[in-house]
Amino acid sequence: MMSGWSVIRIATILVYLFLFAPVAVVILLAFNANQFGSFPIEGFSLRWFEALWNNDAIVRAFKTSLLLGLLTAAISTTLGTLAALAMVRYDFPGKRTISTLLVAPILIPEVVLAVALLLFLQYLSMPKSFGLLLMGHVVFTLPFVVLVVQARLVSIRRDVEEAAMSLGATPVQTFFEVTLPLMLPAVMAGMLFAFTISFDDITGTLFWKPGGVETVPTQIFAMLRNSISPEINALGAVMVIFTIALPLVAASIARVMAMRKAGTSK
Amino acid sequence: MAADIAGARKTPWLLLSPSLATISLLLIVPMLFIVVYSFWLRTATGADQVGFYLDNWIEVLGDRFYRDILFQTLLIAFYTTVICALVGYIPAYFVANTRMNSKAFLLLLLMLPFWISYIIRTMSWINILGTSGALNTLLMSIGIIDDPIQMLYNQQTVVLGLVHYLLPFMILNVYVSLDGIDKNLTEAAKSLGCTGFQAFREVTLPLSLPGLAAGSLLCFVLAAGTYITPIVLGGPRDAMFANLVFEAIVTQLNWPLGSALSLVLLALLGALVVIYTRYLGIDQIAKSFK
Repeated sequence: MMSGWSVIRIATILVYLFLFAPVAVVILLAFNANQFGSFPIEGFSLRWFEALWNNDAIVRAFKTSLLLGLLTAAISTTLGTLAALAMVRYDFPGKRTISTLLVAPILIPEVVLAVALLLFLQYLSMPKSFGLLLMGHVVFTLPFVVLVVQARLVSIRRDVEEAAMSLGATPVQTFFEVTLPLMLPAVMAGMLFAFTISFDDITGTLFWKPGGVETVPTQIFAMLRNSISPEINALGAVMVIFTIALPLVAASIARVMAMRKAGTSK
Repeated sequence: MAADIAGARKTPWLLLSPSLATISLLLIVPMLFIVVYSFWLRTATGADQVGFYLDNWIEVLGDRFYRDILFQTLLIAFYTTVICALVGYIPAYFVANTRMNSKAFLLLLLMLPFWISYIIRTMSWINILGTSGALNTLLMSIGIIDDPIQMLYNQQTVVLGLVHYLLPFMILNVYVSLDGIDKNLTEAAKSLGCTGFQAFREVTLPLSLPGLAAGSLLCFVLAAGTYITPIVLGGPRDAMFANLVFEAIVTQLNWPLGSALSLVLLALLGALVVIYTRYLGIDQIAKSFK
């Protein structure tokens, strides 16, 4: 008879297969030579990547998504890091309420958030625009940045800062010379989170985007209306490789930085 | 010295003010605005009639059409949550109790879906279940079926897509609370005569309930607010509540009605979140970010 533990192990493997099967299929089909890009697999080909590269709509959407993601990450990380600092380092009246307020955008369904912001700005006669898209993305990535930075900030010891101050550094000097370098991995993690969430968002984006502007997810969504074209699989493969490579690159940069720091301190 | 203390008191507010201003202006005020807006009327000419009209609310709460779709939405979210809990508990348990080095790898794998585009993961089910998809091709090549079967575009595939999207949330939340359980407790239960299963039922399972509850809340709220999955994987009759909101706002341009519809969704899901935080606290969800 099989032991309980091996049943659990097999069930776990099955669940992981379930999670990754669709992704594997996308990558498999992206390299498929079949003229319709569907099953059966007929050999290796890069033709769908070539088609993707020549598809102006997708390339344009990619640029929009990239710009939107970078701006969102920059703004939301700046705001979120300051807020996380306040939450971890200070005690003040009403802290619990503020904490709830900061995560409020996660608690409210995205559709509702999207409707509220859209209607409010339309009422103020602000048309749908890239700016509206950016504002929306900042609001709903902000809580993630706050949570991520906050979680990692807790582990930075206060005494290091106090030591710097007792040696004569001003609070501002202490922040830039001691706190910020120590916080950098947390800030980077927050930024990565904000970028990815913005890059991947579709629900809010569909409400806020002006006509003619597409991000990568809305472009894929629009292309799905007809049928699933093989270019989408190629795009999916590119995005999977991109999104898996990005955290890996970030992690190795953090590692190199940590090693350099360890090297200089010796 | 006194100035220092006053300065220190102001600092947190100075640090918080940009975020609080953003959330107030772009979230709180707009939310209050749609509450007011839901009592206005959209006239036939397309202009808004300011006032206090209950028409939108009567339509949203009284019309069977809206009620049916609301019920269907909650049902889909409920199925999704239950399946996620049942299917997600086992891998969470495995990851929490496995050896250290494979644990880190399995956790990393669980994080991966968060980085992979949601629309790609959802759409890929068409590659698998579609008429020229992997499953039909396989079944036909074995000779079990002669013609492709249409497996897509029904309520089950909507639930399937949602389970696939939300399962990592569930697994991570359950894992966090399983991992926090002191292993000595189960050992103690066993030394006092419990069988392995009894120790699980009496000690481990109750202690993991906060994680299970946090995961379920996340799954339910995210599933009930879905807009994309029913369009991509559902049939014409599988619309969910968020689709109605989009219809009202973007297609019909009936903004007051759309406001009322969104508020219904918010009230229902908000009530769940409030009940949850009363009993368990919001910190449980924040834990999974560590």
